[in-house]
Amino acid sequence: MMALAQARPPLIDARIAELRLPDGAAWSMAARAEALDRLRAMGLPDRRDEYWKFTRPDSLVQVDAPRTPVSDPAEGLDMFGDIDRLKIVFVDGIFDPVASDELALDGVQIERLAGAAQSHIHWVRDVYGTLEARGQSPVARPLAALNTALASDGLLLHVSRSPSKPVNLIYVHNSETSDAILHHVIRLDPGVELTVLEHGPAAARFNQVMEVEIAAGATFHHVRNQESGHQQRAATHLFARLAAGSRFKSFTMTANGVMTRNECAIELAGDEASAHVAGAALGDGNVHQDDTILITHDALRCESRQVFKKVLCNGATGVFQGKILVKPGAQKTDGYQISQALLLDEDSQFLAKPELEIYADDVICSHGSTSGAIDEDALYYLRARGIPRKLATDLLTLSFLAEAVAEIDDEGLRTEINARLEGWLARRRG
Amino acid sequence: MLEIKNLHVDLEEEDKTILKGVNLTVEAGKVHAIMGPNGSGKSTLSYVLSGRGGYRVTQGTATLDGIDLLALEPEERAAAGLFLAFQYPVEIPGVGNLTFLRTAMNAQRKARNEPEISAADFLKLVRAKAKTLQIDAEMLKRPVNVGFSGGEKKRNEILQMAMLEPKMCILDETDSGLDVDAMKLVADGVNALRDARRGFLVITHYQRLLDHIKPDVVHIMAEGRIIRTGGPDLALEVEKNGYADILTEEA
Repeated sequence: MMALAQARPPLIDARIAELRLPDGAAWSMAARAEALDRLRAMGLPDRRDEYWKFTRPDSLVQVDAPRTPVSDPAEGLDMFGDIDRLKIVFVDGIFDPVASDELALDGVQIERLAGAAQSHIHWVRDVYGTLEARGQSPVARPLAALNTALASDGLLLHVSRSPSKPVNLIYVHNSETSDAILHHVIRLDPGVELTVLEHGPAAARFNQVMEVEIAAGATFHHVRNQESGHQQRAATHLFARLAAGSRFKSFTMTANGVMTRNECAIELAGDEASAHVAGAALGDGNVHQDDTILITHDALRCESRQVFKKVLCNGATGVFQGKILVKPGAQKTDGYQISQALLLDEDSQFLAKPELEIYADDVICSHGSTSGAIDEDALYYLRARGIPRKLATDLLTLSFLAEAVAEIDDEGLRTEINARLEGWLARRRG
Repeated sequence: MLEIKNLHVDLEEEDKTILKGVNLTVEAGKVHAIMGPNGSGKSTLSYVLSGRGGYRVTQGTATLDGIDLLALEPEERAAAGLFLAFQYPVEIPGVGNLTFLRTAMNAQRKARNEPEISAADFLKLVRAKAKTLQIDAEMLKRPVNVGFSGGEKKRNEILQMAMLEPKMCILDETDSGLDVDAMKLVADGVNALRDARRGFLVITHYQRLLDHIKPDVVHIMAEGRIIRTGGPDLALEVEKNGYADILTEEA
């Protein structure tokens, strides 16, 4: 046992030896060094870690990204095409200035992590890696610390007035061995509203951290489509801290991907804040899709909601670890969590670990988790109206996912996501 | 049009026979009613004809214009012109009523090698038909049957029937859960569809629906068989005396 544990630091060294810091990273060196210390202290995730009980971290921590066929780059770019947005494109984790719009948006200061040395962005120095560090307790998140230490690029957004359009991060996968590490930092000033859209397979292996600091009364919307090819791997972390009366709404669509681990750690730090995290995952075949969520209530009268739906077939595995932690004194907390899997055959599995940990006495918290097959009565009803079995099954699949999709506030974005879900099902239907 | 001969049906899960030799012919242009006490097999007949799982046909045939219904999938029966208005319409969250209807219409058209209906034509048609059933635009947009009252669900069934224009319509206790006004609305919707090329089979416990949808022929079903067939007067007799007399006479 000891020998194995000691084997971990060399793996870290081997892993980081392969990686290179961006030019002009000097301002962030202190934060990166601290992150590296954190990483060395906790070690890379291991199969024996309780937090990785359902998901094998091997391919996420091994030295090189496993060779992965590239996806059609044109495919991803057309998403959100009907929506006026600021496009920012990363190809295999490298900023693409030609495909991107000019990094200018009213009310938003936009910098790149890789270029931040040239600018005066004092706020980033204080924020970069801060929420990630806070998110290391009560459970370790080594891949996030690794990210902070070694991220090669990312966006730094400081929103002082609500911009007129969303920011769309577009990820393109173009190299069979790319191993991208991106770190975004977003700071919302009091009362502003920002929407961030993300889509596209980012690399053969992708490690992403997004830190979102939300000031009083501000609102953050996040809609992400992680649709990729079958072989891509991704480990993402979304950290957010909410001040009084602020709102956080995040929705993720996950489709395909041999290994996806999405962690989300949200801290409701100010009174009457609200955080919603939702996901719709589609898995067909050898895919593993893990959503691991921690929402910490640390203030009065906050509300949180987790809605995760997974459609699984042909041996796919869905994982949900979701926790609502209510700290002492976080009275009048309203916490809700639901995770459900629709198993389209008997070869697939859903592993769920819903948790409540409550140290306040005047709260309402509930959770539920189910897995089941297509409702035969509903299927018969649709078929009796002339809809063939496969199409009827797909309609009922969309029906199953609807509660998660409904967490997207904007109708146009909901329509986009539904179109992607329908497209995925239609391609599978053949 | 609809011809059922000596139909015997068991429940798949249990060793139980529900239909024990049903014979029934519904001609084009006619409305037949089936009445009978609880457990007589009325609803089972409608399920077996429309292709619900869980039943095993052990003997007999059922054809629609000569086509063997029992050999077809439920969606193929629908495309062949069979429609069942459900006693308990199913709620489907997240699927809009209009999406559902248009998908169903186009699936049937595709199965019959007919061109799909355009979005514009579909909307025009559905709005006109919805209006006569007092179904408003908001209800059309809502997810299928979700949050609908009992009456709204039944009106929605009739709207589907009006849009799909089947040859043969089976109504399974469409009057259950309806107040007098809703029943009148539903009956008007059904009557508007009556024509010389379409057959109806109306399954009901009570005579009152038949005040509004006047049947040509009334059958009494008991213990998996049709035990008596007559004119509209037979329904009135049931209303007055109950089933007991008829059951005793036929026993």
